[in-house]
Amino acid sequence: MSADARHDTGLGRHLLGIDGLDRSDLEEILDLTDAFAEIGRRPIPRVPALRGRTVATLFFENSTRTRMSFETAARRLSADTVAFSAGTSSLSKGESIRDTVEVVASYGADVLVVRHAMAGTAHRVAEWTDLSVVNAGDGCHEHPTQALLDCYTLRERRGSLDGMRIAIVGDVSHSRVARSDVLAFTTLGAEVVLVAPATMLPPAIEGWPVTVAHELDPLLGDLDATYLLRLQRERITEGLIPSLREYAADFCLTAGRVARMRSDALVLHPGPTNRGVEISAEAAADHRSVILDQVVNGVSVRMAVLFLLLGSGRQLGAVEAGDAVEVDR
Amino acid sequence: MAERERRQTPPFGGVFVSHARIMTTDDMGRAVRRMAHEVIERNHGLDDLVVVGLQTGGVPIAERLAETLADIEGLHPLVGTLDVALHRDDIGLRPVVPEAVTDLTADLDGRVVVLVDDVLFTGRTIRAALDALCDFGRPRSIQLAVMIDRGHRELPIRPDYVGKNLPTRRDEVVDVHSAGVDLGVMQK
Repeated sequence: MSADARHDTGLGRHLLGIDGLDRSDLEEILDLTDAFAEIGRRPIPRVPALRGRTVATLFFENSTRTRMSFETAARRLSADTVAFSAGTSSLSKGESIRDTVEVVASYGADVLVVRHAMAGTAHRVAEWTDLSVVNAGDGCHEHPTQALLDCYTLRERRGSLDGMRIAIVGDVSHSRVARSDVLAFTTLGAEVVLVAPATMLPPAIEGWPVTVAHELDPLLGDLDATYLLRLQRERITEGLIPSLREYAADFCLTAGRVARMRSDALVLHPGPTNRGVEISAEAAADHRSVILDQVVNGVSVRMAVLFLLLGSGRQLGAVEAGDAVEVDR
Repeated sequence: MAERERRQTPPFGGVFVSHARIMTTDDMGRAVRRMAHEVIERNHGLDDLVVVGLQTGGVPIAERLAETLADIEGLHPLVGTLDVALHRDDIGLRPVVPEAVTDLTADLDGRVVVLVDDVLFTGRTIRAALDALCDFGRPRSIQLAVMIDRGHRELPIRPDYVGKNLPTRRDEVVDVHSAGVDLGVMQK
């Protein structure tokens, strides 16, 4: 059972979540990412590794940067891309997700990059198809490539996440980024503090390997990194916070707060930022901010993931000497 | 590099068993010295020369060659490394994963590139390397230096500088390491 489960959630055929990946899985992806990051710095940033393969992006929920990042990654590996977006598709004519998946698969796609507002969609898609599936965000559940690029960004600056103290600030309960990041950061040896108003913490926080705080200010001088989550404006109407101003007063990373952070501390944000809500323009432009590095690293990490799933030969059941044999179903 | 990857790949997986020591460290040093003189003679010096080692087996040899060139000419050539895994033609046929990060910051336009690998076998690694180098500019010429040429070419590729020509059977394995060069086989 464990081998099978690992094969479905881990790096066998799909990347559905950080859950199920152990430290060596994560480190393997991050180590491999170095080689792909180097390609991005070449005069001609393209290799023929996935020539003739097709990456399909199925975004049932709006996104610009994640989709562009995956498409850029695919193009740098010479793969073709097919894009599906909910807004302009026959989904509005009533086509089901399953039909959509089957249609896209019949165009010859090799991997499906799936985003959907409902948790578990990528897992369902993986059950319906023989193709590789990458979860690009499913509801409030997981966003594994975001967590990987965050880890890569932290590691690039610090060498290792071991012993780092990282605060994740904001609407944790609705954030797939927070969920994947908590799993990835702690698996790689970091200590995570969730900082949020009580209404924005998940109800079942017990069992998460984290500590919780409701105030950001007392922690600032003690953090290696501050990860600010995007505040969805519709949360106000849900009554989770009284107003944006009140939220910002307690949790916005302002120039004043950034000044109280250690000089070698890092500021991260998954983007797009709400300036003045979770981060101020000055803080985003501070030398401690690595928000643009995250964008650049996102392409490299996604190249590594696509290559591991499609190009590394693992899918074919080929094994390296000394590896335990894992057979695809 | 091709050699080492091949060793890890079925049906060649297993343990390397050496039958004969083909070269000692001293032999390799002398071969590098001769090749260095040949490089200088052929290129009339070291102007515009870049030495590029193929990851991972070619890198230590490239470094030795560059040091020897510097000894002789008093001028250290630019050195880089290149990983060609993502340019290989057998991606998808067997496990291919980049083993090391390419480090090639020199602008190659108009330069002479001396590509260095440990073992020249089928020529497929070199084909991939030529393809990869094109993404870094347009060199004036590309020359190939290898420690061992073991034959069995599958592509029209030939070396310009050879440490030692070594006739082999196809199923034999050549292992170039810091203590010398061994010829042997993989045993399960």
